[in-house]
Amino acid sequence: MPFIPHTEPQVQDMLRRLDADSIDDLFGEIPASLQRPAPPEIPAGLGEAGIGRIAKARAGRNHPLLCFAGGGAYEHHIPAAVWDIASRGEFYSNYTPYQAEAAQGSLQLTYEYQTMIAGLTGMDVANASLYDGATAFAEACLMAVRCNKQSGSRRIAVARTVHPAWRAVAGTLLRGQGLELVEIPLDARGKADFGPLDRDSGDGFAAIAVAAPNYLGGFPDVKAWRDRADQEQALLVVGVNPVALGMLRPPGEWGADIVCGEGQPLGIPMSGGGPYLGLLACKARYLRQMPGRVAGRTVDSAGHTAYALTLQAREQHIRRSRATSNICTNQGLMVTAATLHMALLGGEGLRRVAEACHARTVELVDALTAIDGVRRAWDAPFFHEAALCLDRPVAPVLAALADQRILGGVDISAEYPELGNALLVCATEMRTASEIQAYASALSGIMRGHTVSSRQARHAA
Amino acid sequence: MPPRLIFEKASPGRRAHAQAPAPEAAPPVDLPAELIREQDARLPEVSELDVVRHYTRLSQLNFSIDTNSYPLGSCTMKYNPRACHRLASLPGFLDMHPAAPDSAAQGLLECLYELQEMLAQVTGMEAVSLAPMAGAQGEFAGVAMFNAYHRANEDYERDEIIVPDAAHGTNPATAAMCGLKVREIATGRDGDIELEALDAALGPRTAGIMLTNPSTLGVFERRILEISSRVHAAGGLLYYDGANLNALLGRVLPGDMGFDAMHLNLHKTFSTPHGGGGPGAGAVGVAASLKPFLPVPIVEKIDGAYRWKTEAPRSIGRLAANGGNIGVLLRAWAYLRMLGREGLRRVSDHAVLNANYLAFRLAEAGFDLAYPSRRAGHEFVISLKRLRDETGVSAADFAKAMLDEGFHAPTVYFPLLVPECLLIEPTETESPEALDTLIDAMARIRDQALSDPQAVISAPHRMPIRRPDEVLAARKPDLAYGPALES
Amino acid sequence: MSEIPTELKFTSEHEWVRVEDDGAVVVGITDYAQEQLGDLVFVETPEAGASFVAGDVCAVVESVKAASDIYAPVAGAVVSVNEALQDSPELISDDPYGAGWLFRMTPEDPAEWEDLLDSDQYGELLES
Repeated sequence: MPFIPHTEPQVQDMLRRLDADSIDDLFGEIPASLQRPAPPEIPAGLGEAGIGRIAKARAGRNHPLLCFAGGGAYEHHIPAAVWDIASRGEFYSNYTPYQAEAAQGSLQLTYEYQTMIAGLTGMDVANASLYDGATAFAEACLMAVRCNKQSGSRRIAVARTVHPAWRAVAGTLLRGQGLELVEIPLDARGKADFGPLDRDSGDGFAAIAVAAPNYLGGFPDVKAWRDRADQEQALLVVGVNPVALGMLRPPGEWGADIVCGEGQPLGIPMSGGGPYLGLLACKARYLRQMPGRVAGRTVDSAGHTAYALTLQAREQHIRRSRATSNICTNQGLMVTAATLHMALLGGEGLRRVAEACHARTVELVDALTAIDGVRRAWDAPFFHEAALCLDRPVAPVLAALADQRILGGVDISAEYPELGNALLVCATEMRTASEIQAYASALSGIMRGHTVSSRQARHAA
Repeated sequence: MPPRLIFEKASPGRRAHAQAPAPEAAPPVDLPAELIREQDARLPEVSELDVVRHYTRLSQLNFSIDTNSYPLGSCTMKYNPRACHRLASLPGFLDMHPAAPDSAAQGLLECLYELQEMLAQVTGMEAVSLAPMAGAQGEFAGVAMFNAYHRANEDYERDEIIVPDAAHGTNPATAAMCGLKVREIATGRDGDIELEALDAALGPRTAGIMLTNPSTLGVFERRILEISSRVHAAGGLLYYDGANLNALLGRVLPGDMGFDAMHLNLHKTFSTPHGGGGPGAGAVGVAASLKPFLPVPIVEKIDGAYRWKTEAPRSIGRLAANGGNIGVLLRAWAYLRMLGREGLRRVSDHAVLNANYLAFRLAEAGFDLAYPSRRAGHEFVISLKRLRDETGVSAADFAKAMLDEGFHAPTVYFPLLVPECLLIEPTETESPEALDTLIDAMARIRDQALSDPQAVISAPHRMPIRRPDEVLAARKPDLAYGPALES
Repeated sequence: MSEIPTELKFTSEHEWVRVEDDGAVVVGITDYAQEQLGDLVFVETPEAGASFVAGDVCAVVESVKAASDIYAPVAGAVVSVNEALQDSPELISDDPYGAGWLFRMTPEDPAEWEDLLDSDQYGELLES
């Protein structure tokens, strides 16, 4: 059921004008051997009612669980107005604003978004977004190397407390350019410890990358990292959570050179993992090396304020093989949602969300660590996530919780073998005291062996 | 005059009271003081109605497919069915955390698996990964797989990618990101690649070639089978930039043309929204020889159950924090299921019919086709060089005048080969009446260029702004509202 | 027709080179090049002290619609750059052979200068 408006007489009339007998004639330049006699074997077409039935049945076979998982994707309240307005056709179905005169709405919105992200991170400028937090991190690393040619180093020191998927994506994207990521290991208190790298005999580092708060919920000692970066003549790249910045001192205040982050917490549904929003901000002096689109304020030929994409000469469609990145799209629709979200919450609202997340997570950690066999990996301050250690493998415990419709967290045992059986838990402002209690009693039952997961039961049978 | 910024509409202490947690739900935190902000972030202080009005008003300053026709070459701006948006927004999809167990996400995984399978069928590829979040990431995956393939064959000398001069800018940019040197080859006068230039570029250093077919000139590369056999004979691989697949959908399969890897721009051919610049999705497909190198994760079906496969020993690795732009993939899934087997070819049939009709009628109206002897694919190029020489009206001026007529401008100055060019792609969802309106508008602008060129050179006249000063914007970048950043 | 001063040497990449009394060379882009690029918006100059071999990319000039690499015309070390271009890239458009100079370098081999194009040869290049 394609969306084609032509009537049959119109098609015949068009063909007559073209002096063609049939539509097939229009494909006459294509070698016959390449033209398939029959279309590919996919299912027959459906009307809207038909696809609606299937989609609803499939959505119904998903079972969103009571969410205590974070790890880069967070369940927050999203004001109804965010997606009501972002889904307006004028935002949803417009093109990249290359024709500024026909896109002042999106351009002004992007300028407002850049201002909000710069303000939140304490940096001078932000771009109009990258694909997600992981690609923003990879692009921040690439950008740092370009900005720090003096160092001559092709290496970046990355804390193990940076999201494992961010590090993996950076590995994929940096490999081709001969850049190396060197891991900064964890110390016993869950902090990245540069010490072992002191003996490193390499050619120094173009950048040091940390996250604040980090993947394990904790806070790096930011002043020490700034000093370390200075000592190494490296740029300091900092990964952030924008909701946490509602209450945390922005990295711009303690000397970050480039800030990147996952913007999903700003009004974007978890949606199985995407589309999300890559945040990127930097000091003004690095602006020309920042990848991706950026909107600027200027004047029009009548002297009135106007907005336009700018600094495009760095981008792939002009610079081609010497561009700052091959990035072409940004996450425009997600930028729209995040801008609405930040405007609706304001600075105070975002702080309260952050504080509520922190308070709920304190309650959660207290409740869970009261259970035998559950302890904190270390006793250090956290934002809205904490690493717990269990006295047994995590996966069966999570499966048993899932049977009780609880998503108990993220199993990080494989990514962090040094922690043993490790579980990353999170409670956002959405979790209530009774939900936290429900999780604690379910976990307590499982840890006391009262419940086995249905899967274990099946295996046993 | 544009609306004031949201920051300028703020009043200290004003809030959208319904949105943030109550103060008692957000007790002061017990964390070291040096971690905490001294004052709240300088976001606007506005009411909910302020926000709704401000951004609704901004939206009304945009062109969009829902309000205007976009004959924007290379971008395939077709109608984005509302059903796809509604269905991808069902709570069962939206509320799914990426770490949820596969057992709780079977409905989502089934849709994604089905999309992988359908895209493999539609392209003639062996396997598909949905991980790339945009066409440029799909290209990256493809070229990174070329590298991995050659290395796996202990062939370490291949460090060059051949790219025709008409290629999209992402192609050479991607090759550079993958550490390869770009060898540009010329396009012949008839729009086909010059085989002599290809032969001269091919050799033991050739990792592969990146092609769009039909090319960005809007014409089908007729010797594609010859090209693919020569590239393969030299030990290279072929990458298909799927940007122009709308011209061939259901009729010609890239796999049959000899391509080893390709991406699909789901936001073009499969009608997911452009959203003002994204999110896109750039699913990548490969021939059997490259399957082990596909980016992860991939959805697998084992014993009737679906699961994310997150590890593969020879994979080029991850491209996204999670499984890609899932919400976009769901929209493409819904669209493709609606099209169905018989709908595929109707898309390319009518896209190509519309383009040829438009090209023919514009030529009749006095416009110069860049390749008059060729059939158009789903798009075509006209050159305004003659008009520019006669009147001083450039392609950019002409494009701005089209905005005044209610049409989004075609792609201008791309491909780079044709002077003063407009690249025009009507798509299949525009009616013949809409095409006639476009032809009339373009003829009117041309007449005006001949009679009163200054009126066109100073266009647009009826848009929210006149032309922005791009030189000022780039010389003195103003990228954030200063007063909102001062503490 | 763009201006081609006869006392200068040129490269096929549309750069001009002038030899100073002290043997240093001053490098800029030609009037033709700045016309082709249009209004310049940004210039990325090399660091003083950096060394290049002939043909290395050592600077970038950007207009709204293009970015163009500048290649070292001869081998040598950069001794100074035109700092005024940071705030006023339009100097290149206004005075490409004077106030719009890009950088000054000490050539490794003064004879290399002789191999560059003279104004007649460069003029022919523009006409071909």
